[in-house]
Amino acid sequence: MSSVAMQQKNKIHPHKFTLWVGIGSIIMMFAGLTSAYIVKRNQANWVTYELPVAFYYSTLVIIISSLTLHLSAKSFKERAMATYRKLMAITLLLGIVFIVLQVIGFNQFWNEGMTLQKSVSYSFLYVIVGLHALHVVGGVIALLIMSLGAFSSKTRNYSMVPVELMCTYWHFVDILWVYLLVFLIMIK
Amino acid sequence: MSTTTLQETAHHTSHGEAHGEQHHHETFITKYVFSQDHKTIAKQFLVTGIIWAIIGGLFSVIFRLQLADPTATYPWLEDLLGHWAQGGKLQPEFYYALVTMHGTILVFFVLTAGLSGTFANFLIPLQIGARDMASPMLNMLSYWFFFLASIIMMSSLFVQTGPASGGWTIYPPLSALGDASAGSKIGMDLWLVSMAMFIVSSLLGGLNYITTILNMRTKGMSMTRMPLTIWALFFTAVLGVLSFPVLLSGAILLLFDRNLGTSFYLSDIVVAGKILPNEGGSAILFQHLFWFLGHPEVYIILLPAMGMSSEILSINSRKPIFGYMAMVGSLFAITILAFLVWAHHMFVTGLNPFLGSVFVLLTLLIAVPSAIKVFNWLTTLWRGNIRFTPAMMFAIGFVSLFISGGLTGIFLGNSALDIHLHDTYFVIAHFHIVMGVASFFGMFAGVYHWYPKMFGRYLNNTLAYIHFWVTIIGAYLIFWPMHYEGLAGMPRRYYDFSNWESFKNFGGLNQFISMIALLVFAVQLLFVFNFFYSIWKGRKVTNQNPWNANTLEWTTPIRPGHGNWPGDIPEVHRWPYDYSKDGKDFIAQDVPVGADESKH
Repeated sequence: MSSVAMQQKNKIHPHKFTLWVGIGSIIMMFAGLTSAYIVKRNQANWVTYELPVAFYYSTLVIIISSLTLHLSAKSFKERAMATYRKLMAITLLLGIVFIVLQVIGFNQFWNEGMTLQKSVSYSFLYVIVGLHALHVVGGVIALLIMSLGAFSSKTRNYSMVPVELMCTYWHFVDILWVYLLVFLIMIK
Repeated sequence: MSTTTLQETAHHTSHGEAHGEQHHHETFITKYVFSQDHKTIAKQFLVTGIIWAIIGGLFSVIFRLQLADPTATYPWLEDLLGHWAQGGKLQPEFYYALVTMHGTILVFFVLTAGLSGTFANFLIPLQIGARDMASPMLNMLSYWFFFLASIIMMSSLFVQTGPASGGWTIYPPLSALGDASAGSKIGMDLWLVSMAMFIVSSLLGGLNYITTILNMRTKGMSMTRMPLTIWALFFTAVLGVLSFPVLLSGAILLLFDRNLGTSFYLSDIVVAGKILPNEGGSAILFQHLFWFLGHPEVYIILLPAMGMSSEILSINSRKPIFGYMAMVGSLFAITILAFLVWAHHMFVTGLNPFLGSVFVLLTLLIAVPSAIKVFNWLTTLWRGNIRFTPAMMFAIGFVSLFISGGLTGIFLGNSALDIHLHDTYFVIAHFHIVMGVASFFGMFAGVYHWYPKMFGRYLNNTLAYIHFWVTIIGAYLIFWPMHYEGLAGMPRRYYDFSNWESFKNFGGLNQFISMIALLVFAVQLLFVFNFFYSIWKGRKVTNQNPWNANTLEWTTPIRPGHGNWPGDIPEVHRWPYDYSKDGKDFIAQDVPVGADESKH
């Protein structure tokens, strides 16, 4: 291996780095939305509200899913492929449950008369939570692809990179959700 | 073996290991259409940008016809525009559409995608010594999202109610209510969808540029040995990646207001005698979100031009760039300040005057790094052995325009003066010179300088000099008088000034400006002709390093293949500005440092 390639070894993998920069840009989008929320809150016609209960359950679910994914990656590293497969599938399942719970939460909210158009406060909740859910859907699709790969008998792939990318992104949407939840509880 | 592992292998072999060019089976489609070669993608961005520049430029010529003589009719205009120019007279609605599209096209499609898209793609791998971008696939997608955005924006020109016409800043409520104007209908929807695609494109591009610069530099290419072009493109990408998502969030809220009946930006509105139910929104909120992108966007446009001009000025003065670290530092300072000055676009929105004064201070602080850059460009030229190549002419022109336009920025940055100058032709003059024309000059400088590398041929020099002189004199003749119009209070975006006693005396001046605008536009067509003619018929490049430059792109073959270097990637031993050192005219970056060599 030439020295150029050797030097390359010590650097962070380009795909991982790209993901980190991408995460920075997603953070900026939510920073834009939450600061718009704060600006709007200080103006007239702001209505306070209680978050639907389903959002608290979904928080629990996504935190557990982060844990299972972490353990899944750990087993992958130890080449415990059966455990890796199982945990990956559980994470996928939990991801889907999270989405379902968010939809249930939206329904609860809507049925209590807090519809999208009624007040800007409610509109903000739908947009912010909805956009986060879309990012989770992206993660669920990635989890699905990973799980299919894990269970396929043809695939023999021992590269850590895809698993690590998956972990980084999933932990990110998890932390982002916790941040948004705390934000929505504290500032309403 | 999964695709990921394949990519892994490809990734590793692409760094050294004497593999040379990546030979893969290429058809016409994979080579010229869905190419993953950064050089081809750069050319795709450039050609698409040129097509948009012609359209956007033509729009300005058409609305300048209206401003030149509001009473005149042009029968050919009706043939061209149909019911938008009934009886040969431009309709007011379409005048606004033209102004809006001129801004949108030039700011986003030409000077963002056309400029960064072209030169970031072309120069980053070549100048840092990489075989391609970190992710050629994302890079290709970046172009095709831009292409899709282009098609959608183009199609909005052909809908019955016309394209978006609320100004390129698409302020609500005009942009949020379909009934507000003809241009607020489907044209506005297409504008938003197109911009969403555009944002995706620029994010994919930006992610790639940053990753490539930080991760894929060849051996010896430390950050402080990078050419200033790369530094500028790096900061440009950082600005884009951090500011475009905020525009996206603003646009999403706007989409909700338009289509789902929410009231983020709307409150107490009456349209055509009908009271709307929307309550509690704030139109100013949109301006905050928009200008949080909008101001960094100015630097997204300007920084690449700065970087390329620095490089070209040094090469053609045969002198090292003056104050390399100061240049990098001032680029960094501009990047940080770019995020902290957005409210200077909003001094007259009822902004708290104390807050206004904070933004005045931060805005005027930009003068410091800008002045450092100008000083360094001038000292680079000072007593240089200057070669007046067309690229050099445009780079010098860039510095001239940046000074002239930058000075009026100090006027506008004052919130007290801005009350008078806001929304007048003074603003038009300021931003066209400092950001529009100056960036175009940077872009032209780049095209003239790197054309031999792109196509293996030279552009015609005689046409290039005609292009330069007419454009620089023309640009000043067009925009300089606008300062006087603006100081006299002439507002921007008006369709017809002849109804105001106070602006009537500018009729002659307006006519003059329009005539020059027509001439300058014609000369740009000469450049376009030169560009396409020379691809096939230009003088062939026979020298690997035609400008005697130090950077790595000139160590590749005259027509580099995919992978850029046939053998190993050269190792870098020095910074790129060793010109006229130790009695040598130039020492390329891949030449090892001699034992008795002096420090730079």
